[in-house]
Amino acid sequence: MILIGESIHIISRKVSKAIKERNPRVIQDLAMAQAEAGADYIDLNVGPARKDPEDLMNWIVNAVQEAVDLPLSIDTMNPIAMEAGLKLCKKRPLLNSASNKTESKQQMLPLAKKYGCDVVLSVFADYGMPADVDMRVSSILEAAEYANSLGIPNEDIWVDPIVLPISTAGEGQAHAKANLEFIQILPELLPGVKSTVGLSNISNGAPEELRPLLNRTFLVMLQRNGLYSAIADVLDKELVQLSKGEFPEIAQLIYRVMDGEEVDLSSLSKEERDYVKTAEVLAGKMLYSDAWLET
Amino acid sequence: MEFKLPVESYPNRVFEVTIGPEGKSLKLGGENILPLHFFDEGSCPNPQKFALEVWDMEPTDWSDWDREPFKDVISDPVSWARKCENYGADAVCLKLVSTDPAVKDAPADEAAELTRKVAEAIERPLIVYASGDPEKDAKVLPKVAEACSGLNLLLGPVQRENYEAVGQAILAHGHALIAQTPLDINLLKELNVKLSKFFPLERIVVDPLSSALGYGFEYSFSLMERVKQAGIIFKDEMTQTPIIADLGTECWKTKQAKESKEQGLLWEGITALSLLQAGANILILRHPESLKLVKEMIS
Repeated sequence: MILIGESIHIISRKVSKAIKERNPRVIQDLAMAQAEAGADYIDLNVGPARKDPEDLMNWIVNAVQEAVDLPLSIDTMNPIAMEAGLKLCKKRPLLNSASNKTESKQQMLPLAKKYGCDVVLSVFADYGMPADVDMRVSSILEAAEYANSLGIPNEDIWVDPIVLPISTAGEGQAHAKANLEFIQILPELLPGVKSTVGLSNISNGAPEELRPLLNRTFLVMLQRNGLYSAIADVLDKELVQLSKGEFPEIAQLIYRVMDGEEVDLSSLSKEERDYVKTAEVLAGKMLYSDAWLET
Repeated sequence: MEFKLPVESYPNRVFEVTIGPEGKSLKLGGENILPLHFFDEGSCPNPQKFALEVWDMEPTDWSDWDREPFKDVISDPVSWARKCENYGADAVCLKLVSTDPAVKDAPADEAAELTRKVAEAIERPLIVYASGDPEKDAKVLPKVAEACSGLNLLLGPVQRENYEAVGQAILAHGHALIAQTPLDINLLKELNVKLSKFFPLERIVVDPLSSALGYGFEYSFSLMERVKQAGIIFKDEMTQTPIIADLGTECWKTKQAKESKEQGLLWEGITALSLLQAGANILILRHPESLKLVKEMIS
């Protein structure tokens, strides 16, 4: 499992302040902490970067490359900032991201081709978010065909099915299930492609202290179904350990839930029970509520 | 080849909730089939019930045709409640509108006293809705519960902001409870989980909020449908509580109902019939004529 560290993110107040003040220390500390924690890539999410996109990107890419030796994932919707970032990368970067939206395809995919980098390609379409597996499939086939036509091979495409919060009323669990299935069938759809997800979005809106449990459990489930990489909170030590196959007994419990087994909770520890309940919610076997561990 | 209709059967039942004191009680829920799926294997021992609403103060924003059936009793909740019984309501729903801080902010004691009078005057179970202001209701509902101790009211709305204190009072005085959440199945389940730690699930009725036809009705419909499916098909105990649909107020404030009586009756009637299909176990209507319409339709 390739892990892309998500902590340098414009939504973080600390990060947005450091960017505004051009204070490299904060950004470099975050990059080093994530490298140490086991990140394979460092994601640089600078948002839409409306003001001085090139200057901003030059500054942040240089600052991070001074501090760590890892490849970067350049994360912006602004094509000018994107190109500025890709241009400076010492190691083969990841363009994060293009989608099946017409504008995104036309602006971002030529950049991936020009710089010969890997590219995250999401199922997001002109009409918005595909509602189910079939719609995700047709959207990604369209987007990949476009990428191929530009000369981007499947091997450079990291498909992103778009993870949505499990707590979204009514819909969250259906999306989680759809994503699990989509990741499983992806190799047949587009042989050679890789895959990735914005993992932490699964727990967006859930109680803060319970978010890691949702993230970890969903990662184990997706990994079993063949997920190649994840943009994730690598500062969560247990998440990284699970992704490396440590705690096989926890993974086994989660697999049993995925296989439809009724796991007997009475013989389990509190931690194991929590993983089982979380897997039941993510697999759509039990209705989600913020109190899902309390029943 | 002979065609055989498929017959489904499900492993789980909606809890049966009894409301009203002995001798004048009625039962809600108890079914192990989906709403109106009488062709499946299972039973619906307690057909859906209908209540008419009574306000604790004279309404100021009702149309003439809303007021008409009650015009002689509209400033006397006790007589109003009796009149609802005469119109064939299975239960009476007293709305403590005047306690709302944005209306009259009437004190809790007054509301409690009136509720007791109404409950004692009628021969059917009493449902009570306080104003819905969580802070004020935390004062009003415990007083009402205490004043009506043992009368087995169906009392609410209990919300996530006040469920602990209010739930304890309702439990201590032997009433059933309405757990209300804003159109969200996850929040509905969560409140039941929290309540179930001290309050018996088989004494809870859920109110997921009802909307009128054309005013977000689809949300209420699919939500109720999902609650029933999760409870009956997928064994989720936390969604096996019966559903109350408080729809009269929503229907009669629509533009259509304000325009003409006929439209209002149809609006309330069709909304009620649709919510029945979605899975409501007890419905609160305003107008006796739409009550009659609905009863005729389902008989």
